[in-house]
Amino acid sequence: MVYSSSILPLNVRDISFEARGKRLIKDLSFTIDAGSRTMILGANGAGKSLLLRLCHGLLDPMAGVVDWNGNATFSKHVRERQAMVFQRPVMLRRTSIANIEYTLKLRGVDKAERSERAYEILKRIGLGRLANQPARVLSFGEQQRLAMARAWVINPEVLFLDEPSASLDPSATHSIEETISAIAESGTTIIMTTHDLGQARRLGTDVMFMHRGRLLEYTSAESFFEGPQNDLAQAFLRGDLLWWKRKEPYPGGGIDQGALRNKED
Amino acid sequence: MDEFWSAFSAAFGLIAHFDQNLIEIVGLSLQVSLSAVFISALIGLPIGAGLVLIPFRGKQVVVVVLNALMGLPPVVVGLMVYLVLSRSGPLGVLGLLFTPTAMIIAQVLLITPIIAALTRQVVQELWSEYEEQLLSLGCGPIRSIPTLLWDGRFSLITSILAGFGRASAEVGAVMIVGGNIDHVTRVMTTAIALEVSKGDLSLALGLGIVLLSLSIGINAAAFMLSEFAKKRIGA
Repeated sequence: MVYSSSILPLNVRDISFEARGKRLIKDLSFTIDAGSRTMILGANGAGKSLLLRLCHGLLDPMAGVVDWNGNATFSKHVRERQAMVFQRPVMLRRTSIANIEYTLKLRGVDKAERSERAYEILKRIGLGRLANQPARVLSFGEQQRLAMARAWVINPEVLFLDEPSASLDPSATHSIEETISAIAESGTTIIMTTHDLGQARRLGTDVMFMHRGRLLEYTSAESFFEGPQNDLAQAFLRGDLLWWKRKEPYPGGGIDQGALRNKED
Repeated sequence: MDEFWSAFSAAFGLIAHFDQNLIEIVGLSLQVSLSAVFISALIGLPIGAGLVLIPFRGKQVVVVVLNALMGLPPVVVGLMVYLVLSRSGPLGVLGLLFTPTAMIIAQVLLITPIIAALTRQVVQELWSEYEEQLLSLGCGPIRSIPTLLWDGRFSLITSILAGFGRASAEVGAVMIVGGNIDHVTRVMTTAIALEVSKGDLSLALGLGIVLLSLSIGINAAAFMLSEFAKKRIGA
């Protein structure tokens, strides 16, 4: 897929976000280029899902800038070039195909083309036979695939995925991963949160590691899985539980921006 | 006891033989109540949805007032409409008092808050679930109103049926503004009240049976709709 006037790269500069007096995202900066598959790793409460929402424009940062290829405002053009799939798929109270058609309708696609494209994408992800089933009675895994089809049908330049295979069995996870790979191969840049190290290894070209609202490591997937520089990332990779370190300073001075290893380093 | 059974027998006889007087009263009742429900739905549905999706100052106060208006005493509404439409009232020149139109106005005032408040609850629940997804798809709050009303259609029809139930069973307001004039503004509830006071129990019972059947029919329709919705859209 070739996009005219691309919205990438995504440049996030010094963004912070707080709720109820607590800073949940702290001075994050990074750049994501077109064509990458960035896996955001971290324990619960690291701020992964919140970061996706800030980048996707569902929330505004309290400080800093989310800049899409030099466009710091979340314009219609920027919004229409991206999509997001949430951890718990939200299905409209309609049939599977009507859920897809709805997205196309919002994008101004005419009625005849809507049905054709919606059915095509359903077949592509293996849900063609469920086109006329009410979306909300599908299994959780099928709903999640339908949510991905709903995002994919608009050919987004960037797709945000918030733990799309959480709570799914290996078979359903495999289907989701196949769909993600197919979407990425069609030219969509993937930015995805996951707890699953194996999944990050299978899907990612780049890895971000977050802990308590900070970005501690951002590097290529290969480099991350060979040996991350940050002590907490190393502990996470070993499978250690990170919660007990809460009151302690970040190992290796990771709390300071200077200790963060950016992808460019 | 004989009188009791003979009244029932006469009542069923009136229904079975499509008594002209009974049919006329039932017909006017349906005309008034269905018109009122239609107008109230046109007003109440967007108000209910707007209360969820349009931000404005004092929204909580409006919600509290709307909920309070659900329990409006019909006689008070009847009195207010009477004062407005009476000869000396601001709209007296329209000559609407003691007409079916006046009765429709009174019923609209009574049931619009019910439909609006129930719509607000349905839309609020849906919006809590859909908000992030719709915003992500590029559908803002105002544009979401038709989507939410459509996806909540089965629950909203139940709300509208509740409004119809209230309208068709209401007596105080229509008695005051309609005047219970034979062949002009006599509806089921006012006719029952009058016939009982006259001691003509057969017509009162016949109308009562129709009214009760209507009420049971409405509840059955609401139940079936809810079951249908579960099967059809997984709601």
